Amino acid sequence: MTIPADTAILSRKARSWTLVAGLALVGLHLVVALLTLVWTPFDPTELAGRRLEAPSLLHLAGTDRLGRDLLTQIMIGSRIALTVGTAAVAIGAVLGTTLGLLAAFASNWLDDALAAALDILIAFPTLLIAMLVVAASDGANLSTAILALGLGLSPIVARLARILAKRVLLMDYITAARTSGTSWPAIVRIHVLPNIWPGLSVNLALQFGLAVIAEASLSYLGLGAPPPNASWGRLLQEAQGTVFSAPIGAITPGIALVSLVIGINLLADGLRERNDPARSER
Amino acid sequence: MSALLAIEDLSVEAGGRRLISDLSLAIGPRERVGLIGESGSGKSLTALAVSGLLPRGLLPHGSIRLAGREVIGAAERELNALRGSAVAIVFQEPLTALDPLMTVGRQVAEPLARRAKRDGAPLRGSALASAVLDLLRDVALPDPARLAHAFPHQISGGQRQRVAIAMALACRPALLIADEPTTALDVTTQAEILQLLDRLASERDMALLFIGHDLAVVASAVDRVVVMRQGVAVESGPVATVLAAPSHDYTKGLLQAARHFDDAIGRRL
Ligand SMILES: Nc1ncnc2c1ncn2[C@@H]1O[C@H](COP(=O)(O)OP(=O)(O)OP(=O)(O)O)[C@@H](O)[C@H]1O
Ligand SMILES: [Mg+2]
Repeated sequence: MTIPADTAILSRKARSWTLVAGLALVGLHLVVALLTLVWTPFDPTELAGRRLEAPSLLHLAGTDRLGRDLLTQIMIGSRIALTVGTAAVAIGAVLGTTLGLLAAFASNWLDDALAAALDILIAFPTLLIAMLVVAASDGANLSTAILALGLGLSPIVARLARILAKRVLLMDYITAARTSGTSWPAIVRIHVLPNIWPGLSVNLALQFGLAVIAEASLSYLGLGAPPPNASWGRLLQEAQGTVFSAPIGAITPGIALVSLVIGINLLADGLRERNDPARSER
Repeated sequence: MSALLAIEDLSVEAGGRRLISDLSLAIGPRERVGLIGESGSGKSLTALAVSGLLPRGLLPHGSIRLAGREVIGAAERELNALRGSAVAIVFQEPLTALDPLMTVGRQVAEPLARRAKRDGAPLRGSALASAVLDLLRDVALPDPARLAHAFPHQISGGQRQRVAIAMALACRPALLIADEPTTALDVTTQAEILQLLDRLASERDMALLFIGHDLAVVASAVDRVVVMRQGVAVESGPVATVLAAPSHDYTKGLLQAARHFDDAIGRRL
């Protein structure tokens, strides 16, 4: 490949910028989330001020319609978003990868059946699947929301894992490993998982962002974590009625949500570029 | 002499189409046999059939006995025991034969550790690392200590092919199948790899099934050749006999092409 030296350097700088920005945004949310475990400006249920106060030195993000401190709730929202995103993506990744690998290894008809089933499931939006799961369980709480989102995004992960694994399985190094007597489980562990990971991880980061948004939507619909869990989605929902008189209540959770989602995507991009041995030193 | 590999009336079918028809071929211990044929004649499929690795949908018939065991119809478990110890394959395309995400050293270590464990003398840690370096040195790779930490894209095509050979050797197979190991390489590198295979086969008492489409290259490496065309063995015999008196038109054609090539080169020199 003949990339002129200067553009190569430029894109490398651009890459490291991606990683740094991603780390900064996600790191900020992580620090805030951890901080809320030991300290928040106010107690989240405490009526600390007047209703719908504008931002001030005491209440940096203002207060909500009951007079609770909004910054406190947004900070706790970080913790909820990170928890839900991580747990839901973990469930979706494990379930989806297992299913996708099974399909990739399965005999032709089973693979076709699984692929068709996945396509049908993917036609339903993740949020819809998640809503059905929540509706089917006996109450809306944080763990049902997590489980529901994990189940909801597993078909997307499964379809991608299947395609990526099928491509890897065609490679000579898989046949070479088999001719030397490597068992299938070992081949999956040594060759297949590492080689589908770069493609999969980018998608998982995307799913993380979608899961955070979907959790906000579930909460917005009243299907997420019940009060006093201050999820960003619930903050948005509560700010809805007062969006014209006190827009700050809707803007700040929105900014928090967007900054986390963008941060995750930048981080994933930066990490992928860095971990690809064929690109890292070009 | 009991044959290490005995293929009898092997046919391979895919959806009613015959890709290989009634192929018979025997290789004794330490024997070197060449399998020659144009592209698509079924050479690679033969190699895969021997290790029981035909792609799904391709059905073998007939008999393939490897180290005294029948391969066709054998359970995956039995085959796994044969693979590596009885046979190992070096593939055509050195670029895809190595895992792009794994260092050269680790790729060689995998089959080495597995073989050692199978033999009841597990290799680990620094013992494994030094065994890897020994192997890399054995296939004449320069600076093995540095190369062991390199990724496949950081080394040359010839070096990759040497690594692939080292991985096959790590299994200590009785029969090494080299499926066009030099096709993707330039002429000088090609000659070096041929010499290497020649040396390794005699040092390690390995039998060799050398696959290729170039009569001259294959003939220089083996004692006996089988010429294949469209899935059928059209000729077989000792190299000297086949070269001196080809009985089949196809072989004559191959020979003539090789001669024309030599003449053309001779005129230029
Ligand atoms: N998975 C498959 N399904 C159906 N047909 C196949 C499959 N793999 C190979 N074939 C066919 O079998 C024939 C023999 O293929 P093979 O790979 O053995 O050729 P080859 O002699 O090794 O050729 P080359 O010198 O190009 O490597 C070809 O006609 C090919 O199209
Ligand atoms: Mg071939």
